[in-house]
Amino acid sequence: MKAAPFDYHLAENLTHTKNLLNEYGEDVKLIAGGQSLVPMMAMRLAKPSHIIDIARIDELQQISSFEKTIRIGAGVKQCVLENHSLTSQIPLLSAVVPWIGHHQTRNRGTVGGSLAHADPSAELPLIAVILQAKIQCENIDSSRAIPAKDFFLGPMWTTLDAQEILTHIDWPMWHGDGIGHAFEETSIRQGDFAMASAATQLQVDASGKLIRLHCGVGGMGGTPYSFEHITSQLIGQTLSKEIILEFSEQAIQQTEPASDLHANAAYRRNLAKTLLRRTIEQSLAMATSSFQHHPR
Amino acid sequence: MKNISINLQVNGKQVSSTVEPRTSLVDFLRDDLRLTGTHVGCEHGICGACTVLLNGDPVRSCCMFAVQANGLEVTTVEGLAPERGQLSKIQDAFCEKHGLQCGFCTPGMLITCQALINKNPHPSEAEIRDAISGNLCRCTGYQQIVDAVVFATKETI
Repeated sequence: MKAAPFDYHLAENLTHTKNLLNEYGEDVKLIAGGQSLVPMMAMRLAKPSHIIDIARIDELQQISSFEKTIRIGAGVKQCVLENHSLTSQIPLLSAVVPWIGHHQTRNRGTVGGSLAHADPSAELPLIAVILQAKIQCENIDSSRAIPAKDFFLGPMWTTLDAQEILTHIDWPMWHGDGIGHAFEETSIRQGDFAMASAATQLQVDASGKLIRLHCGVGGMGGTPYSFEHITSQLIGQTLSKEIILEFSEQAIQQTEPASDLHANAAYRRNLAKTLLRRTIEQSLAMATSSFQHHPR
Repeated sequence: MKNISINLQVNGKQVSSTVEPRTSLVDFLRDDLRLTGTHVGCEHGICGACTVLLNGDPVRSCCMFAVQANGLEVTTVEGLAPERGQLSKIQDAFCEKHGLQCGFCTPGMLITCQALINKNPHPSEAEIRDAISGNLCRCTGYQQIVDAVVFATKETI
């Protein structure tokens, strides 16, 4: 349970990091908080010969408001999101932070680290996909902004190249009245990996008709699922309990959950369906009540 | 593999050393500094026995390398008591309320509870349970640990 030997490089800035990545090729890993990488190295699932420590790079730790997005640096620690004023502009993000691991891991773990690690049951990848965040990556020559839905390819597998660094994430802000969100998760122990999770953000007009619905589930396959492509039938409708239940059933049929010691696939589907239904109901209640609190 | 020189503060004392990069912080504390109060449990971030304060925040010392703590401040369970032979308030409360049996999880529990109290001097029972959710105890069933934190924090009202 001890990591294999490696050479340690402390990166001074982004350019230095990209040069180091270029120099050491495929046999290199970036470390920021290390909350996923260090356990994987301890279990020898990862044995990189070179580790580049990017935890001291200021430019990766900024949170800023940028046009209609909140830009969060990849090196921002998860605990920082808990109380940051700009995070509250993305309320679904604020809502999931307490669900990411435990206090002790949020004090080290970073936003970019969780996304780059791409655990299919993790919270941040799920809401990045649902909120259609853009994940910015750079290598020594170029940079690219990857829509979150294209970023995740499978369990612990992303489009990130070995020579690329994830630098920041752009989270689109939703403006206007009638917006609601909710997050639900079930795990064996608070803070453990989700058996299944669900998240929703939606907007309705003053008469309660649906304007947009972004929702999805985590822990139900190799990557987070977003159901935005099947929500078009619901736009313009007033969502009843029956419609929400029917939609949730239809959505969960698309998932391919694995069976394990804790839950088989059928149980997981049933669980995720319930969680998804609850998040849509809760989001709708929040969205509708926002009009009651601010009458026109 | 090249060794790295590090300087950090441990329980208020400045420490300089040279470490192999793969040395975890907990192994550095126990093997190099002989501070064996911090326990090594699962070594992959599940049990919380190795929790220490890093710049005042609780972290798992098995999930970071000692080189990553360069320039930072670490507090271990040995640093909780005001003086040798004395107990801190939370340590005393663990004794009073039987907050431990075998004692393996206790260093991590004490550090985690101290971090909670530092931020929130009068936590509710739900807040206490949330704070210790990342620390496993196989003896107490957690009730006496919660009781101990309630005891330690009620007294100060």
